[in-house]
Amino acid sequence: MKMKEKKALKRESIIQTALQLFSANGFHKTTIPDIAAKLHMSVGNLYNYFSSKDILAQEIIKYTSEVLGEKIRVVNTMDISAKEKIYKIVEIYFRMAKDKPEMIEYFLRVYLSNREVFNDGCEGMVCVSGFITEIMIFFDDAVASGELRNQDFFSAFGLFMGYLGGMVFLKGEGVLPKGIEYYIDDISRNIYNALKN
Amino acid sequence: MKDTVGRKLRLLWLQSITCNGNTHSFLNHPELFSLLSHFDLVHHPVLESGYSMEELTDKKIPCDILILEGSFIEEGFTKNGVEVSSLVAHYAQRAEYIVSAGTCATFGGIFKQKDPEKISGFCFDGEERTERYEHYAQKLISLPGCPIHPRWLSYVLLMIASGKKVALDSLHRPVELYGYTVHSGCTRNEYFEWKIDAKQFGLKEGCLFYEQGCQGPYTRGSCNKILWNDITSKTRVGTPCFGCTEPEFPKVGLFSTRTNMGIPATMPLGIPRRAYLTLTGVVKSFKIKRFSERLLEYDK
Repeated sequence: MKMKEKKALKRESIIQTALQLFSANGFHKTTIPDIAAKLHMSVGNLYNYFSSKDILAQEIIKYTSEVLGEKIRVVNTMDISAKEKIYKIVEIYFRMAKDKPEMIEYFLRVYLSNREVFNDGCEGMVCVSGFITEIMIFFDDAVASGELRNQDFFSAFGLFMGYLGGMVFLKGEGVLPKGIEYYIDDISRNIYNALKN
Repeated sequence: MKDTVGRKLRLLWLQSITCNGNTHSFLNHPELFSLLSHFDLVHHPVLESGYSMEELTDKKIPCDILILEGSFIEEGFTKNGVEVSSLVAHYAQRAEYIVSAGTCATFGGIFKQKDPEKISGFCFDGEERTERYEHYAQKLISLPGCPIHPRWLSYVLLMIASGKKVALDSLHRPVELYGYTVHSGCTRNEYFEWKIDAKQFGLKEGCLFYEQGCQGPYTRGSCNKILWNDITSKTRVGTPCFGCTEPEFPKVGLFSTRTNMGIPATMPLGIPRRAYLTLTGVVKSFKIKRFSERLLEYDK
């Protein structure tokens, strides 16, 4: 394996480990030595990959946004109705919350809760554009095909993603009586009914 | 500026179904008579010329360059009792160059709306080729625009008179004139880059693409490179580009941008939607103070 590929793999493993620790213990309680120890690497070497904890946190949100965006991109290219796409997007989001909870938890409990860490470098949508762009494309197609009602982007976006984020937050708090997947069907239908033409 | 036997090239301007817009626009050329001095103007609808309307309809006029203005119908539009379609067929056969001046003559334009099935441009119906295309493609130069800029026509005429080849695209438009979009050279480009819309018509600040209907980013033309009256352009003064050079002109709702959940329904020419939206999401995350201020404070 070439050195460049090795470094890229190492970089990703740092991101994944830090993602788990930040999501589980919080941004401020997790230190660079904690992350380095879990990876069996020296603190100095970790700094060769990421020059600060803030930079690492910003790279993680970009990474999670890209992973989620890639999955929605696949849905966007499918030849199915907007109603079916909504179902698939909800399914992706909730399955990720179940199988890789750290991905969504990071967004809710680190990215949204520690804005000072992201103010310089991750302003607005800069670090989440991989995900936002795909949601924009979904809405654009759904309105162009006449299935969803034309309206301001954020009123539709807030309804869709705010709803999903809220459910995953409740899951994280341990207050949902049933597993998150139980809600896929009803929530997809609610979102479609709220947005349809 | 002369042909092989040493005479000036003969210029015939023939109108079909038209509002005279291109004729009038051409009269605004600052060097009109100097330009025309290089040609033998055999017939023109409003300028003094060598042959009369009667001689035109008798099909007696010789010509080297045929300028066509207005859209076409096979039957039912006559001049002096003669079907214009037969006049066009006669002169187009004999001319060395055919210039379709304006969107009506090129693609059908405004007058096509009257009877979209029967009325078209000379060699194109929208973007589709008409039956005439095969006959005349070799000598055709398309100059769409509603109206055309007078300098677009003078560029073509002087290139022909100088014996130079005019490079054309697939719709026979000169690439020197239509290789650009109207967006190129617009003084509002910084606002486009930072996705800041104009708050109202006529302001110097803000881009007209997001709300006011501007079609400049996906319309081919040199309006912001070769300025109108040598001074300005529609978009510079705060009016949206109406896309008047395009085959599908005219569209409706020219003063508002069609959007799907706030996303422009038509992307800038050749820009993939995913690329455009990624860029938009990023730049909209920043607030640039200079772009929220007036360019000129008249009260100070």
